[in-house]
Amino acid sequence: MADTTLTRPHEQAPTGPVPTEPVPTVIADRVDIVYRVNGTGAGRGTATAALNRILRRKKAEKAAGVRKVHAVRNVSFTAYRGEAIGLIGTNGSGKSTLLKAVAGLLPVENGRIYTDGQPSLLGVNAALMNDLTGERNVHLGGLAMGMSREQVKERYQEIVDFSGINEKGDFITLPMRTYSSGMAARLRFSIAAAKDHDVLLIDEALATGDRSFQKRSESRIRELRKHAGTVFLVSHNNKSIRDTCDRVLWLERGELRMDGATEEVLREYEKFTGGKK
Amino acid sequence: MSSRALPTPPTATAHAQAPAPAPAPPTESPAQLAARHGLSVSGARPSLPEYIGQLWARRHFITAFATAKLTAQYSQAKLGQVWQVANPLLNAAVYYFIFGVLMGTSRGVPDYIPFLVTGVFVWTFTQSSIMAGTRAISGSLGLVRALHFPRAALPVSYALQQLQQLLFSMAALVVILLAFGVPVSASWLLIVPTLTLQFMFNAGVAMIMARVGAKTPDISQLMPFVLRTWMYVSGVMWSIDKVLSHQDLPHWVHLLLQCNPAAVYIDLMRFALIDSFHASQLPHHVWALALGWALLAGVGGFIYFWKAEETYGRG
Repeated sequence: MADTTLTRPHEQAPTGPVPTEPVPTVIADRVDIVYRVNGTGAGRGTATAALNRILRRKKAEKAAGVRKVHAVRNVSFTAYRGEAIGLIGTNGSGKSTLLKAVAGLLPVENGRIYTDGQPSLLGVNAALMNDLTGERNVHLGGLAMGMSREQVKERYQEIVDFSGINEKGDFITLPMRTYSSGMAARLRFSIAAAKDHDVLLIDEALATGDRSFQKRSESRIRELRKHAGTVFLVSHNNKSIRDTCDRVLWLERGELRMDGATEEVLREYEKFTGGKK
Repeated sequence: MSSRALPTPPTATAHAQAPAPAPAPPTESPAQLAARHGLSVSGARPSLPEYIGQLWARRHFITAFATAKLTAQYSQAKLGQVWQVANPLLNAAVYYFIFGVLMGTSRGVPDYIPFLVTGVFVWTFTQSSIMAGTRAISGSLGLVRALHFPRAALPVSYALQQLQQLLFSMAALVVILLAFGVPVSASWLLIVPTLTLQFMFNAGVAMIMARVGAKTPDISQLMPFVLRTWMYVSGVMWSIDKVLSHQDLPHWVHLLLQCNPAAVYIDLMRFALIDSFHASQLPHHVWALALGWALLAGVGGFIYFWKAEETYGRG
């Protein structure tokens, strides 16, 4: 695995007098992320352990049963406009943690993450408002993202059609709690994708959709990229990474193991996971 | 500089020479690069004016969310929206039975039923705003994590939902007042400033509790007890003025009971609606008190909530 020549045009060094320098959207600078988990240690979860933890707060984190999990170690990368970046790695390698930190939902222990605008994270179990109808969720989701009422009205049909919720009858007027997990995931993605995001982080949110929806969302991801956005995609489906991403980050045990063109990284990754069997 | 295998233990390939140094600016640190392209640190809190601007931009979300929550509230019940009115009425009926009939608190209080029902409804507004505020962030984590919006929209929206709920109750209250022969008068217009100030106060406390509840979910177990205690000292079912004039309590107890914000708003509402409730029963400087509490809780709560904006949804 030699350093191959660059495949993406914007990654080339600007040579001419007009510099076509790529515009960075996410910069991770030596990022460390550490989780603190309550209720490990001896007597976990008991009332005395909890009291002990409260009383002795800083003195003895370890003795009180707080365990540190070093989920991401010293990861640095720069993502540019118009890139779709796949994140791969075996389970528990820190992919979702890294995305959460990029979205600003987890504090970093060391290092810094810089972003262009506010990244939006789409997770597997991000529920919207379960007691409200799909219709309301589309409206409220749009308003919450900062769209005006007119914009929401305009885009409404587009969002519903994209989600395909109404393909099997009038489901959009039912409360979201009646949806199957796949339907809910589809509606969530459709709402979030209705806006042009600067940075969109997708954490296996497409995995529950059926094949035709995955095709639609992949083409939407390509569209978002065209509008100068950056898309991160966590997936265990190497095929969908191949179809959508041109660059892949491979995380293993919290460390960035490889960062490069999709084919190349996936080849190594497949060798790694295949060899372990 | 695209493909580089990072030399981590498992696959340390023969990879002595790092790829050619970064092309454009040779020695630029990530921080400088970020600064040059105007990137901001992820998860940083916006400045207060920025935050107010963002919140204002989401005003349609706040109202739409409150209305949607209100209509969804009883969607699983067979009687549906009837509960909007039935719920507070049943509440008042229970208190009437216990305090009015069994314990005889009604003695010496003219128009006891309007007095009690007004108290219960106005108190419920504050109580449920605070309870909803406590769960505003911790109960909407999915929404908070999926979409980006100023988080203060949630507690404010929950307080607004309770205000809408109160307006339903007020319709029932007007019927009760008229049924008990309380005349319609110009002082009913005082409902508007009273509710405005009370809403500010409630929204502020809801924001404070939202921050506390987001960090320590245990607080929602404790709040019902705190709120019940607060209710009993707020003169919801008894007349503060009456008890104070009959009993020899230390001065600071007087002051405390009279300055209690819940009691201030309840008594102002009674003064507005019930003609037999006289201005002499109100504490001194009652409007100043009402305004002061509204500003203190509203502005203070907002700033307190904003101070932790970047932490909501974490964990």
